[in-house]
Amino acid sequence: MTVDPSRTDDLAVVGTRRPKIDAMARLTGEARYADDLSMPGMLVGRQLRSIHAHARIRSVDTSRAEALPGVVAVITGRDVPIAYGVLPVSQDENALAVDRVRYVGEPVAAVAAVDEETAEQALRLVSVDYEPLPAVLSIEDALDPSGVLIHGEGQGANVHKAVALEFGDVDAGFAAADLVREDVFSFAGNTHAPLEQPATLAALGGDGRLTVWSATQAPHYLHRALARVLELPSSRIRVVAPPVGGGFGAKTDILPHEVAAAKLAMVTGRPVKITLTREEVFHSHRGRHPVQMWVRTGFTSDGRITAMHFRSLLDGGAYGSFGVASTYYTGALQTTTYRIPAYRFEGLRVFTTKPPCGPKRGHGTPQPRFAVERHLDRAAEELGLDPVELRLRNAVEPFSRTVNHLRITSCGMRACIEEVVSASGYHGKKGHLPRGRGVGFAVSAYLSGAGLPIYWNDMPQSEVHIKVDRGGGVTVFSGATDIGQGSTSTLATIVAEILGLQPEDLAMVTADTDLTPVDLGSYSSRVTFMAGNAAIDAASKLARLVAEGAAQRLGVPPEELVFRGGQVAVRGDPRKSLSWAQAVRAASARGALMTSGVYWAPEMAGPYRGSGVGISPAYSYSAAVVEVATDPETGEVSVEEVWIAHDIGRAINPVLVQGQVEGSVYMAVGEALMEEQSFRRQGVHRGPSLLDYKLPTTLETPKIHTILIEEPDPEGPFGAKEAGQGPLLPVIPAVAAAVEDALGVVVHEVPITPDRLLRALRAGHRGKAPVIGPASVPSFEFGEPERVQPPVGSPAEVAVP
Amino acid sequence: MMRLPPFARLAPRTLAEAVEMLADQGPGAAVVAGGTDLYPNMKRRQVEHHALVDLRAVEGMRGIREEPGGGISIGATTRLSHLAGSSAVPRALAHAASVIASPQIRNMGTVGGNLCLDTRCSWYNEPEDWRTAVGFCLKAAGDVCRVAPAKSHCWAVASSDLPPVAIALGASVRAVGPGGERTFPVADLYRDDGIDHLALLPGEIVAELLVPPVDGLRVTYRKIRRRGSIDFPELGVAASVRLAPEGICEAATIVLGSVASAPVRCREAEDLLAGRPLTPEVIEEAAAAAAHPAKPQDNTDLSHVYRKWVIPIHVSRALQSLS
Repeated sequence: MTVDPSRTDDLAVVGTRRPKIDAMARLTGEARYADDLSMPGMLVGRQLRSIHAHARIRSVDTSRAEALPGVVAVITGRDVPIAYGVLPVSQDENALAVDRVRYVGEPVAAVAAVDEETAEQALRLVSVDYEPLPAVLSIEDALDPSGVLIHGEGQGANVHKAVALEFGDVDAGFAAADLVREDVFSFAGNTHAPLEQPATLAALGGDGRLTVWSATQAPHYLHRALARVLELPSSRIRVVAPPVGGGFGAKTDILPHEVAAAKLAMVTGRPVKITLTREEVFHSHRGRHPVQMWVRTGFTSDGRITAMHFRSLLDGGAYGSFGVASTYYTGALQTTTYRIPAYRFEGLRVFTTKPPCGPKRGHGTPQPRFAVERHLDRAAEELGLDPVELRLRNAVEPFSRTVNHLRITSCGMRACIEEVVSASGYHGKKGHLPRGRGVGFAVSAYLSGAGLPIYWNDMPQSEVHIKVDRGGGVTVFSGATDIGQGSTSTLATIVAEILGLQPEDLAMVTADTDLTPVDLGSYSSRVTFMAGNAAIDAASKLARLVAEGAAQRLGVPPEELVFRGGQVAVRGDPRKSLSWAQAVRAASARGALMTSGVYWAPEMAGPYRGSGVGISPAYSYSAAVVEVATDPETGEVSVEEVWIAHDIGRAINPVLVQGQVEGSVYMAVGEALMEEQSFRRQGVHRGPSLLDYKLPTTLETPKIHTILIEEPDPEGPFGAKEAGQGPLLPVIPAVAAAVEDALGVVVHEVPITPDRLLRALRAGHRGKAPVIGPASVPSFEFGEPERVQPPVGSPAEVAVP
Repeated sequence: MMRLPPFARLAPRTLAEAVEMLADQGPGAAVVAGGTDLYPNMKRRQVEHHALVDLRAVEGMRGIREEPGGGISIGATTRLSHLAGSSAVPRALAHAASVIASPQIRNMGTVGGNLCLDTRCSWYNEPEDWRTAVGFCLKAAGDVCRVAPAKSHCWAVASSDLPPVAIALGASVRAVGPGGERTFPVADLYRDDGIDHLALLPGEIVAELLVPPVDGLRVTYRKIRRRGSIDFPELGVAASVRLAPEGICEAATIVLGSVASAPVRCREAEDLLAGRPLTPEVIEEAAAAAAHPAKPQDNTDLSHVYRKWVIPIHVSRALQSLS
């Protein structure tokens, strides 16, 4: 028998539109999220949070809280003194602040009590003696050499990470250009706002083992961090991720309440659950960094890019989180869409006394994508070129290498552009709609999984196990967390395709460190590609075992068997067949039916520090056209219609892909028009609620036309690439471009709020340039960049499985 | 947001019983109907009440009736969704009800609740921890206004949608209290004081909204907010005009919501309209004047500067729709 995961025809379940296998469970409330879990004797945990943006903790007195009837334990930073962080280079956070708080809302103490009211009351009885320190709330303040250091003592600039890289000869590229253009951009911070508020239940078993059920996207990373902070061997800890109600990156980092719940369970010997309130979710954050950007690009007169210099300054908040990676990401993917022969990137992340920023859908790339796309629109104007044509002239070629050593394999960018421009009627609309209406266009690319794990190791990035019982029941074990994106359904579909079964036939066991093999987690759009390939590997091995058993019974060589429709049949002679259950019986007589599959990404990293960020086994491509209606008098903007083409490689389930694309458009519209994680001068969030933090609702969501481009990727599972993040990227700059087309206001900043837009319009009425955007970016001396030779011999070798 | 604190819930069957219970409970008690405003405020510990008199079971307090002498009576516990869908009431009033919050909230929230909605402020409608971090304000246990610290005045904003249009309609409120009942114009229900914004007598309960016959009055309401799906108004504009057959404006009422602690009448603009035809020039003149009495502060969504800027635009559009 043969299994060819790259085959493009004759697929039974892959590529068919079908509901998620857990759709009914999620719809009816049968699915039990972390906060739905309850255990006998369970205590309620709550965290006391800092009311200062920055302060030294002189002392914490918990005695009155401990004396309150119903309170079982109170812990402080002294009980969990080991610092941790998701990245090995940023072990800078404590679950409960030890001697200093660095943002309003940082946890200082945690209580476990018999009920929520008692726990709340106990928090009020904990007295913390603070010595307030100055708040640091902007990049400018953070860089002030006479300002207070947030990490460390005394004065100085709060630089978390500064990076300067140069690929090729940028100065020569600018010298050869006919046009060199500079622009500055600003992208506000915003937050994920998942519907499910994070929750963690922890319980110590009678055997002394700790089990932690947590709404996490990355059980493996949580597992590692808990072992470190709690000083337990990994083998004594089990981490389970129940169904998660939306992540978007919010549940990728190790969150303080996860550690606090675990510690309280150990201290009390009773199960402890902590569920964050909605306000606390805004403090927990780890969302989109506010980024200020400056970009200079050289062009020939016919629009070809000769060199680019991109500088980004990130306001990181109080802790490292994923910030080092975020910083690199603001510079990494510019080259994945356009041929840039010489490229210099300077990135800076500073600490400020605000909730830590981290990864949010598109991690570090929506901000630079906004800047680059808007910058190209400016250049197109100056060059007298159509914005679409300028993109096409610079489009990367499939199977090539970028100047910063990224390996491009399949690339459906041209098809995305052509489809979306044609479907939207872009050229008939741009510049031709009545005042107040406009269209905008942009393109983007994103990773199908980060090429490297967040901590260095040479183990597989994904493993999948499959076990078959003697009645033919198939159980698939994967460490990947279904955060609503449908990863469990996708893995079931892949396995079902290979075994000739239906996805609903399979039992899926996921995200449980006791039961499932390691998967690095549901982040960086990696699960379909990486766990999918591991699932193909495991299923193919299983099919081989079953085929060998069936072949013996049918008296043919195993190579002649095909798996289809619940039958194992001789190719070309379907009358000679066994049912799946009969075939399993035959194979079981030869030994246990259990297989393991693995996925390692190919080695792709370039010869420089930081080259691990940006590499991916495949990139998805997207293009979008957005049409807006604006009110020229009031500055209100409504996104009316979005056409988006997404190069998915292959849609394992088009319904789920379309859902991801639509969700991305929805989120992008929010980021473009209204979402902003902003703070008052005291360092408090301006409105930590779903009323005050403006997210679009269904009614503000535009009509979305999704076009899927399927050009199978040679390494993707059945050719698939990612869908969860990439489609967000082009929409934000396209909204801005559409507002420009509608009103003639230059938009170099998001969100485009009515007040910002009206201010710009009024400036225009007074004869000034109507602009939304910064005049400059904060200055920082990056020093000489690390110079990296571009790759020689550009075609990319593809590891065909 | 925390859970509700403990409180006693009383459920009278008649309005007289409700008035008596409220009086018996003394200061610190309040009435509740839909609870869509009060309960979140209690969960954030903005207000504390040891007892709530729940009006939902009070007989005769719910529903829309045509009055014998003309006009409409709307019981205070009438649900907003009922008002929004009613063809018996002036369309502008039904429209104002239909743009309050979300369908779920309109199904719980009541007319009386919207009329008596607590004033809102971005320094006040926040969790207790938040207010501890920035310091409490005049409206809640503090001694300084966080919006305008120099003043000893609370600038919390009247954020309900029904009052401006009710005033433009010339509607009245009937209130019942320990001293008996009284009927007065809706405008007199409010004081421009963010803390003590209702001019009810102690123990008084709003029983009904009385809308006079429209009788040729043209009325409109415009609500400005970020999300048409749910938000409170950042600006509400209600306008009514009575036009003589030849198009001359005999009388006009313009009321702004969300620019002060009470609905704001734009008398200067109204006077500019009186006796003149609603030509574009006249409308522009009146619309510009309408912004004069409004002093929006930086305590709602969107900047106060923006809200001031757009008042003439929306007043102008409101008047255009009536001309």
